Amino acid sequence: MNLRNSQVFFLTTLRILIGWHFLYEGIVKIMNPGWSSLGYLLDSKGLFANFFISLTYNSTILQTIDFINIWGLTLIGLGLILGAFTRFSTLCGILLLSLYYLSHPASPSLEYMLPQEGSYLIVNKTLIEIFSLLVLFVFPTGKIVGLDRLISKLK
Amino acid sequence: MISRRDLIKSLATIPVLGAFAYGVFKTRRVVQNKQYILLNELNLDSAIPELYSDANKDQKIRIGLLGYGIRGRQLMRAAGFAHPLWIDEHINAARENPRDTRYQDFLDQEDLNIEITGICDIFDVHATEAMEAAANESKSGSAVKQDNFPKRYKTYIELIQAPDIDAVIIATPDHWHAPMAIEAAKHGKHVYCEKPMTWTVEKTYELRKVVKENNIVFQLGHQGRQTESYIKAKEAIKKGVLGKINLVEVCTNRNDPNGAWVYPIHEKASPETIDWKQFIGQAPYHEFSLERFFRWRCWWDYSTGLTGDLLTHEYDAINQIMGIGIPESVVASGGIYFYKDGRTVPDVQNTIMEFPDQDLTLLYSASLSSNRNRGKVIMGHDGNMELGQQLVIYADSASTRFKEYIENGVIDPNNPIYSYFPGQKHFDAITSPTEKYFAGRGLLYSYRDGKRVDTTHLHIREWIQSIRLNKQPSCDIDQGFEEAISAHMATKALREGKRVYWDYAKEQIVS
Repeated sequence: MNLRNSQVFFLTTLRILIGWHFLYEGIVKIMNPGWSSLGYLLDSKGLFANFFISLTYNSTILQTIDFINIWGLTLIGLGLILGAFTRFSTLCGILLLSLYYLSHPASPSLEYMLPQEGSYLIVNKTLIEIFSLLVLFVFPTGKIVGLDRLISKLK
Repeated sequence: MISRRDLIKSLATIPVLGAFAYGVFKTRRVVQNKQYILLNELNLDSAIPELYSDANKDQKIRIGLLGYGIRGRQLMRAAGFAHPLWIDEHINAARENPRDTRYQDFLDQEDLNIEITGICDIFDVHATEAMEAAANESKSGSAVKQDNFPKRYKTYIELIQAPDIDAVIIATPDHWHAPMAIEAAKHGKHVYCEKPMTWTVEKTYELRKVVKENNIVFQLGHQGRQTESYIKAKEAIKKGVLGKINLVEVCTNRNDPNGAWVYPIHEKASPETIDWKQFIGQAPYHEFSLERFFRWRCWWDYSTGLTGDLLTHEYDAINQIMGIGIPESVVASGGIYFYKDGRTVPDVQNTIMEFPDQDLTLLYSASLSSNRNRGKVIMGHDGNMELGQQLVIYADSASTRFKEYIENGVIDPNNPIYSYFPGQKHFDAITSPTEKYFAGRGLLYSYRDGKRVDTTHLHIREWIQSIRLNKQPSCDIDQGFEEAISAHMATKALREGKRVYWDYAKEQIVS
């Protein structure tokens, strides 16, 4: 794919910004040993709420979810910033965000315990971030600016 | 072949990580610094109450149950015995709504190694149900046939005298608590007694005397003793986080007929199925009345009104946390302002207890026809505390102790300086907006050792273990004495419309 310099610049910047967001969410959870996804899962609403809530009944499952969140967010963040395994990181990011969206769909009729900035109609920041990652998935930049360039050369 | 250009473009984004790390480091240091200062200042550790000892658990305790009404059922379930129909109902409820975990929570409840060997209820239907629940050791639904029913006793005296009963749980109307507890103590039977401890002042002294003389293990049914946040609140107050405390406000707010004691009347209830004479006991005689039998809390003849039913829980919580003891004086007033259904006890009540030797006032305010949640608030010169399942402490904007910290921004009086949530692994000296929000809404469950548990179960467990270890539990007869006398002072002040005093030397209520 041949991208113009300005296209590469802005796509890479978008990738770094989203990576930064993921990395920060991960690091904050690493630094707070008391963090758990319990409250968030219990606050699930919408079609799949029962499924997400049922995940909290088993402490092993809950611990696994906490682990996946903490390290998933951190590694996806690093991958996106560094451009390492970019497409895989992007895909994992889309998957995680989709789970967040499914457990907390945006609708003015749904009220969450977690603070929201007003209410959204279907489209919220999570959905926009999912689609931003989808854009990055179809316009990958890791092999142009990022460690993937080095990795592909070394192969 | 890797060119110089490849290398630069490959590594171009690494400096972003440097900026990220610097940013995290800087913001973290500010937060950690604040947290460190606060931790040192507050001097609270993050220890979480542990479950009571398991020692001698192989010793089976044989229990007799007195009263299988609304509270009796709850106590039986908390002890591990649910009626098969309750099991059926809650299996179905869980099937229809996976969020309804009451059945699973019941199954997960620890086995206390006890047996219900006798029951007594003066309403035949309740007595049969109690036997069926007591026999349901396997926690099965109605499809499983039970045997091994405990004996039904027609009177509490026969039950107490039975040789195969070590201890009794009393969940009868208020006017029966003390006579039964006294009889049990005289026979050396351990007692778990629902609150309020007594219905008359005189029985309070007598009960304390026989419990001590016979050295039985006595637990009064204030399960709030097991609430994690109260235990943490006690620690915070002991360490002086709130400064000099001058006012405590506790409240009751309910707004439904059930909360106002208008309980359903059983269709099979009649003079044939109810032993009315035994119900009356020492209460003034009244002809048979289904309303009085099922809704006894509405009449002074059997009840202690808002004072005995609900003030006692609030008082005991504060007595547990602050050790306030019996007030020097009490005034109270109230009226029947919503439930004009023939009841004699008020549905709105305000009570003020004075503790001049502690420079403290306790205000209790109750309404049975408004759900406005006012919580428990403990107010001190340096800070105040909101208490429920969770615990949140704010610094006072005019605090002397925190003055410097407020000025240099370490403490913001609008945000909690300390918060504690059941089940939380570590406490939090700087609360995030999310946690503040959770605190405001209250949390869903009570936790112990990271497990969801029912406080009544823990309270019974503590009593059972205390019997095995021959020691007194947390809400023992001395705590019960303070609870009962404080409540009687409030009732007397309310009914006589005058301030009543406690003579500490003579241990007497005087007007």
